[in-house]
Amino acid sequence: MTTQAREPRMELEQHLHMYRQMAKIRAFEEQVNELYKSAKMPGLAHLYVGEEAVAVGVCEALHRDDFITSTHRGHGHCLAKGASVNRMFAELLGKEPGYCRGKGGSMHIADPETGNLGANAIVGGSAGIATGAALSAKMRGSGQVAVCFFGDGALGQGLLYEVMNMAALWTLPVIYVCENNLYGEYTPCGDTVAGEIPARARAFGIHAESVDGQDVQLVNATMRRLVERARRGEGPAFLECKTYRYYGHHVGDVNREYRTREEEREWMTGRDPLQTLASRLTGQGLADASVFERIQTDVKTEIDSGVQYALAAPYPDPSEVDEDVYA
Amino acid sequence: MPDAAVRELTYGEAVKEAIAEEMRRDPRVFLIGEDVAEAGHPFKTLVGLVQEFGTDRIIDTPISEPGYAGIGVGAAMTGMRPIVDVMFGDFITLTMDQMVNQAAKVHYMSGGKIKVPIVFRTTLGATRRSAAQHSQSLHAWVSHVPGLKVALPSGPYEAKGLMKTAIRDDSPVVIFEDKMMYRVKGPVPAEDYTIPFGVAKVTRAGRDITIVATSSMVPVALGAATLLEAIGISAEVIDPRTTWPLDKQALIDSAKKTSRAIVVDEGYERYGVTAEIASVIAEGAFYHLDAPVKRIGAMDVPVPFSPVLEDLTVPSSSVVFEAAKALCGKA
Repeated sequence: MTTQAREPRMELEQHLHMYRQMAKIRAFEEQVNELYKSAKMPGLAHLYVGEEAVAVGVCEALHRDDFITSTHRGHGHCLAKGASVNRMFAELLGKEPGYCRGKGGSMHIADPETGNLGANAIVGGSAGIATGAALSAKMRGSGQVAVCFFGDGALGQGLLYEVMNMAALWTLPVIYVCENNLYGEYTPCGDTVAGEIPARARAFGIHAESVDGQDVQLVNATMRRLVERARRGEGPAFLECKTYRYYGHHVGDVNREYRTREEEREWMTGRDPLQTLASRLTGQGLADASVFERIQTDVKTEIDSGVQYALAAPYPDPSEVDEDVYA
Repeated sequence: MPDAAVRELTYGEAVKEAIAEEMRRDPRVFLIGEDVAEAGHPFKTLVGLVQEFGTDRIIDTPISEPGYAGIGVGAAMTGMRPIVDVMFGDFITLTMDQMVNQAAKVHYMSGGKIKVPIVFRTTLGATRRSAAQHSQSLHAWVSHVPGLKVALPSGPYEAKGLMKTAIRDDSPVVIFEDKMMYRVKGPVPAEDYTIPFGVAKVTRAGRDITIVATSSMVPVALGAATLLEAIGISAEVIDPRTTWPLDKQALIDSAKKTSRAIVVDEGYERYGVTAEIASVIAEGAFYHLDAPVKRIGAMDVPVPFSPVLEDLTVPSSSVVFEAAKALCGKA
């Protein structure tokens, strides 16, 4: 699965697949926002729109049985790792066929069949879980790797540094993917993070890189290298992906006083991950606009049918409320 | 003829035997914590395990309790069965997020798809002259949290049997060992046995008063029962062995039989295990009781250093004896 070994045609298919995955995430999230605004979804959701290239670039470098841990802003990770739109929507609406049978909701979607150990609503809370999954993979000799997604906000959590230290000491196959979207909730990253972000990982002797998180090809190529070295037993890595969330911290954060509309426009028009990939492939003569239009149409159909499925799905039976507290 | 069943081990040896047997039985079991390998744990309870199982399965960590607790949770979610060693019970304050928000929640939040078969092994108990940050009995904290099971071995027999049950359980278990009891000897069968969770043990049968006692307080209650016997009061001592699952029925039945109950536990008295168990008895045996249920816990102060002060904070046999006497109208 090396980058060099892939044929151009396969490579194009792979890139179009990544476009489709990003389009699916975006359409899914736009639909989630609609569900919120029309009061059909209980609670809140943290939308991933704008950050699609990170989840897709990373997960397309993984095998199905490789592990990921996700965050409160996790829908993109789940879909990129292979979750079904139907069951995702069902979970967001608190319905029985949802991934957690309605017990987890937006911030806790887990799908062990695709290696997704779950989104986590404690910021940085899954750093230990991802590292433990990597230890487990090493102990079992399974060849799996684990990816820990977290945002710049999690850089404030001590747990991350404790487990990076152990991952380095024990040469664990784990990759820490920092989605730096410039804001931890409502506070600019510059107000909360001192020094250089990759330097924090390098202090433990962890190989660290920083990439444009809006360029899915770059994220994917970088990630393939990091995954390969982890699989070879060369230990953990840290990847900072510079990205941007188009919506607020969550669906209810509509005013976004903490950042300028101008900054938002710059990211949305100049650095959009879907447009960037589409115009690059078009410019290279590898695909034309109709290809992307068709993908968008397909994706819209899938999303529309998914949300209808979820709206029609039953709620859990009240008798399930105390099921599964213990295994 | 010597009987193998009466072989005696210390409480610490019983813990180690349980862990070693389970590690031989199941290659997924491993132990992770501070100073657990070559050092054999500061309480010397794990001496020899690293020689048998190697450093791949007896894993020394940096002093990073939240970090290795989290690593244990992740390993448990992905096919392993870790024992996470938290040296002092006081340090569960550091591992709380991994215990409470992660381990305890994963199975439920995932709709039952992901199991977390993890054991958090830690301690309780004062009078070691270790002061306020190494002497607490904080088992009530985790007993409060749905998703966790909590075991409190009160002697060597229970130390082995409850540890083996904890390791085989598919849910997260927190097991609090009484650090003052590590050198106490008692009969421990050499063969494989487990003690089911949620089944109380009547340690001493009696007629006039029930003394519910946990962990370190079981010997204290037995001491009080001996004193009570001398003045003609027959005390029943019952040990729940796990605070969750809690064998409510056994406690209620005992109180109904004797019509009086005292609950003794080394956790802080306020909002503690004694309060929970007293309410279980009050609700379940109210019309059979001849006196209010009495609670005796650790004094509500940070555990002091000076022996003169520290000893005052822990329930003693004479305190339990006096309370029982008063409850029986013999004050």
